Amino acid sequence: MGKTLSEKILSEKSGSDARAGDIVIAQVDLAFVQDTTGPLTIRQFKEIKHGRIANPQQTAIFLDHAIPSPNRQLSNDHKFLRRFAEDTGCLIFEGGSGICHQLVAEMFANPGDIIVGADSHTVTAGGLGAFATGMGSSDIAVVFALGKTWFRVPETFKISISGRFRKWVGAKDLVLHLISVLGADGATYKALEFNGNTVANMTISQRLTVANMAVEAGAKVGIFPSDNVTLRYLAAQRRGNKYRPLRPDDDANYERAIIIDASEIEPMVAMPHTVDNVAPVNMLAGTKIDQVFIGTCTNGRLEDLAIAATILKKKKCHPSVRLIIAPASQQVLTKAMRIGYIQVLAAAGAMILPPGCAACLGLHQGVLGDNEACLSTANRNFKGRMGNPEASIYLASPATAAASALTGEITDPRKVS
Amino acid sequence: MMSNTILKGRAFKFGDNISTDHIIPGKYAHLRSDLPELAKHVMEDADPTFANKVKPGDFIIAGKNFGLGSSREHAALVIKIAGVSAILVKSVARIFFRNAINQGLPVLICDTNKIDAGDEIEVNLATGVVTDLTNRGQLTFGKIPKVMLDILDEGGLVPYITKHGNFEL
Repeated sequence: MGKTLSEKILSEKSGSDARAGDIVIAQVDLAFVQDTTGPLTIRQFKEIKHGRIANPQQTAIFLDHAIPSPNRQLSNDHKFLRRFAEDTGCLIFEGGSGICHQLVAEMFANPGDIIVGADSHTVTAGGLGAFATGMGSSDIAVVFALGKTWFRVPETFKISISGRFRKWVGAKDLVLHLISVLGADGATYKALEFNGNTVANMTISQRLTVANMAVEAGAKVGIFPSDNVTLRYLAAQRRGNKYRPLRPDDDANYERAIIIDASEIEPMVAMPHTVDNVAPVNMLAGTKIDQVFIGTCTNGRLEDLAIAATILKKKKCHPSVRLIIAPASQQVLTKAMRIGYIQVLAAAGAMILPPGCAACLGLHQGVLGDNEACLSTANRNFKGRMGNPEASIYLASPATAAASALTGEITDPRKVS
Repeated sequence: MMSNTILKGRAFKFGDNISTDHIIPGKYAHLRSDLPELAKHVMEDADPTFANKVKPGDFIIAGKNFGLGSSREHAALVIKIAGVSAILVKSVARIFFRNAINQGLPVLICDTNKIDAGDEIEVNLATGVVTDLTNRGQLTFGKIPKVMLDILDEGGLVPYITKHGNFEL
């Protein structure tokens, strides 16, 4: 019997014949924390007797959630994290470098790697063929100390995607559709493995968007095969030497198969307060919104800003809408400035925030007022997520977000361009 | 098995899809290095009165997909600090499950429809039986994987690794 991508990677990294359902101990290629999970991780790490970092160059701290710091407590947490990096020689990425998951994609994630992070959207790196998953602080503290952890080898759902996306429909609409099919707990503990001719034509940016939201169906990983698209991305990021082709075996065992025709997918919107509460944009057309947020580890990449800039070029946001843009990394910001996307978005009336998580998790930079509604390109719309349980969050693509910023209400991007 | 195998307390009932944002919202990130202060907000966006009413030993009873969302271990931690002795749910999200066990907080899978809010509950961790002392009903909960049971036995992952120095499968 052949192996799925997850079984292959976990076999290699555990030195065993890993099959779905097995418990294995596997070597980890990168372990990381961000600024809201890092302090607890470090305190847990310090409790482990004789705790020394196993692999300082494969251990990273990203300051991204609360940058620039909104208050003294978080500033002190940042100081604590910087001091730890200084003392142990682990890597640290300062505020403004970018969102941890984007930086992991740009600088670290390679096909066949195991990556664990104290952040649930660590799954993002599955877009590059890594087995990447989120864990809590205790688990990551132990990986800091031992360089390895235990995994239950997941069963896999095979997601086969064929057909061409319609105009202004893309990866975000695809993954919202998939989550509506699976349900918010439909893939709990499972691996989602993507294939099909649509996947072969998807850019790494699009694959990262899809992998990023695997966790919103409960999945442990969302993983893509590694192919020429992967190679080109890695080469552009100056680590083409880390490329290896990686495919599942033809006779691998899948728990479930899901077939999606990309040409049938409409622009989709997740409605409050769960990510699987999804409808085509036309069913929500006219819903008034107060804020539009384009950014995050889901949709803050160059291609996403390009879409927003195309729709907003030489136009102005609706006067009743606040448009917030947060590029996912410094690399994204720099390129977007060089090409002119940032200038277009600023001219349309957008507030441009530094690379980071920004308004996504409700601690600053765009907290919603009572009864306000936000259309966001993020990955979560839970009650209270953006800092106020009396507010509503809709999730959609950058195209739908930009179109809605123009009109002040949820709008099908095909209606404005 | 854990030294304290019989747990007793009242049932606090919640629905499906209780997320980590219900349990401890991201807006309190600045309190994460001040756990007693953070714990005052436990379950705030699901039931603002919970933190004042819960007593040591009580149970959180919920539906499916409990703890979905963020990897913040603070979610499991503030529930533990509040004195909750175990979480009984129909199903649990993956990261939260690991986090709770890593904090020495049992998460037990059973048919929670048969438990009403306010019922007196007794859980026997050794036999796997939940007794509803109010309606005299009995339930069994699903087996916890051995690796997690071993971690639970030591009171959590950090004490486990401190004692054993490594994973012992």
